[in-house]
Amino acid sequence: KSVKKGFDFTLMVAGESGLGKSTLVNSLFLTDLYKDRKLLNAEERIMQTVEITKHTVDIEEKGVKLKLTIVDTPGFGDAVNNTECWKSVADYIDQQFEQYFRDESGLNRKNIQDNRVHCCLYFISPFGHGLRPLDVEFMKALHEKVNIVPVLAKADTLTPSEVKKKKMKIREEIEQYGIKIYQFPDCDSDEDEDFKQQDSELKESIPFAVIGSNTVVEAKGKRVRGRLYPWGIVEVENSAHCDFVKLRNMLVRTHMQDLKDVTRETHYENYRAQCIQSMTRMVVKERNRNKLTRESGTDFPIPAMPRMADNETEKLIREKDEELRRMQEMLQRIQDQMHTQKEAY
Amino acid sequence: MSDVVPPEVRPKPAVPANHNAAGGSTLLGYIGIDTIIEQMRKKTMKTGFDFNIMVVGNSGLGKSTLVNTLFKSQVSRRSAGWARDEKIPKTVEVKAVSHVLEEGGVKMKLTVIDTPGFGDQINNDNCWEPISKYINEQYEKFLKEEVNITRKKRIPDTRVHCCLYFISPTGHSLRQLDVEFMKRLSHSVNIIPVIAKADTMTIEERQEFKQRVRKELEMGGIEFYPQKEFDEDMEDKNDNDKIREAMPFAVVGSDKEYQVNGKRVLGRKTQWGIVEVENPNHCEFAQLRDFLIRSHLQDLKEVTHNIHYESYRAKRLNENGGLHPISCNDTQESNL
Repeated sequence: KSVKKGFDFTLMVAGESGLGKSTLVNSLFLTDLYKDRKLLNAEERIMQTVEITKHTVDIEEKGVKLKLTIVDTPGFGDAVNNTECWKSVADYIDQQFEQYFRDESGLNRKNIQDNRVHCCLYFISPFGHGLRPLDVEFMKALHEKVNIVPVLAKADTLTPSEVKKKKMKIREEIEQYGIKIYQFPDCDSDEDEDFKQQDSELKESIPFAVIGSNTVVEAKGKRVRGRLYPWGIVEVENSAHCDFVKLRNMLVRTHMQDLKDVTRETHYENYRAQCIQSMTRMVVKERNRNKLTRESGTDFPIPAMPRMADNETEKLIREKDEELRRMQEMLQRIQDQMHTQKEAY
Repeated sequence: MSDVVPPEVRPKPAVPANHNAAGGSTLLGYIGIDTIIEQMRKKTMKTGFDFNIMVVGNSGLGKSTLVNTLFKSQVSRRSAGWARDEKIPKTVEVKAVSHVLEEGGVKMKLTVIDTPGFGDQINNDNCWEPISKYINEQYEKFLKEEVNITRKKRIPDTRVHCCLYFISPTGHSLRQLDVEFMKRLSHSVNIIPVIAKADTMTIEERQEFKQRVRKELEMGGIEFYPQKEFDEDMEDKNDNDKIREAMPFAVVGSDKEYQVNGKRVLGRKTQWGIVEVENPNHCEFAQLRDFLIRSHLQDLKEVTHNIHYESYRAKRLNENGGLHPISCNDTQESNL
């Protein structure tokens, strides 16, 4: 039945412009999502803030349907002053959580649309000497909201030894700064050696050194996706050239479900817990405040105001009231749910 | 203009209008003013000359490697003992390192001025200011020397003759920071934009990128070296037009050698081939080197002295309503 309904997956790509994000997305999913994109020049980009764009594509392979949503972050890191440019990205992720939270607490839960971001590919520039301040700040702002998978972009700029050195440096810095990237689950002890080796290779490859291509070239008599240079041909799907295949397998073939699970079990739960905490605090504060101002108590805290309050203020008060009431109801429902769940055990 | 002119090209000796039909005696007509070139050559070889080149761009764009490759020696700051993994400084620093290079009897004191920290922070507002300040400070130093009553015979020249600006090869267009920097500094120093790490792009991508960058430079009113307004004559203009059409040069640097077709070449070895730095089919390093060192080195110095320095000087003179020359022995600060 789930095969019939199909799967959905939301992938976010983030990083400075010009690191090959769109090309990689097209290569990964064999799509052409950015056909009509207009590249802005430096002058035009001065006024631009970080946008969030969404592209959805339906992919079907061997009878299995996948509804893939790509969330892009054009403008990230492009300005002269990039302070807090990750804020709109963090807000977007929170918004998706909030929407899901509301839907979950609602009455009709059969067809909830899951727009939560399941994975964020963060593109690290191959030109730096490891992580740059912006990379560190972005990942720290988001590592508890979304699964971050760092990739080393445009890896065809680097010689094999440079790739190795950079990967080591980046891994060191990730640990040094306490950044929690997506962890591949450890394999069970009863898996065969082959699988275990593949798994450890995967873990050693972080960040994935990737190359993308929108063009097909001829190499050794075969037609492959690649890049044609005067000094040679880079084949995207050749494991000796880059980690593209590893990334694709991980994302689509082996770890897609785990990414969704971790999103649901860890990141979403974090959000939910924080949300409930802050809501509870607010409601308690309101209730305490109103106990002092009203003579007769009711269950619904309605702040008493002097008669001279104008219409605007009254309207605001009423709206706030409504919100508080809604949150209280939601809180009550959640508590009931938890209660019934507890009883079910 | 090079200082050495091979003898075959020497202009013919001056011939008086009424020389006799038997071929004329050159001894009578030849003055010898053309030997001035040989005299200049001898002098230059004795005194040597200074050249100061600044490199600006995000860290990791291969600035130090390129400078080392250009001058075929370890002249960059990195090679002078600074660690490769030095942390990114919080503010832009300006660090100069000098070496004396010798070739064919000619000595050149090359100073490479590095600008670590440029463009690497999250907030890069005004990160060009320390650089602008440094450039003006060198002009000021020179001005102070010039204005002395008893001047040194040869004023030490620390002025920046050339600023190589490294553009990141995104394949899209210039970044805002690139435009801001070049706009502000193209009037006080000769800026030569280069596209770094050109082995990131295929030939097609490179052509498109260069076109877009040139258009953006034009739209931003950025006059990079060689500036159109300083072309002296048609010959200059033609030569320089060709160069301007080809700029910014897409370069690759390397300090490692590999064997290709029986020759040892400077290059980068990847899994799919060797990028040859000096091969014009691979990248434009050779063009940049010829332009920078073999044809326009002297011109870069002249434009710096005659134009950029002069405009700085004029501004300073207008500011204070005149400068008061002081003698070397005067210990108090000048009125500058």
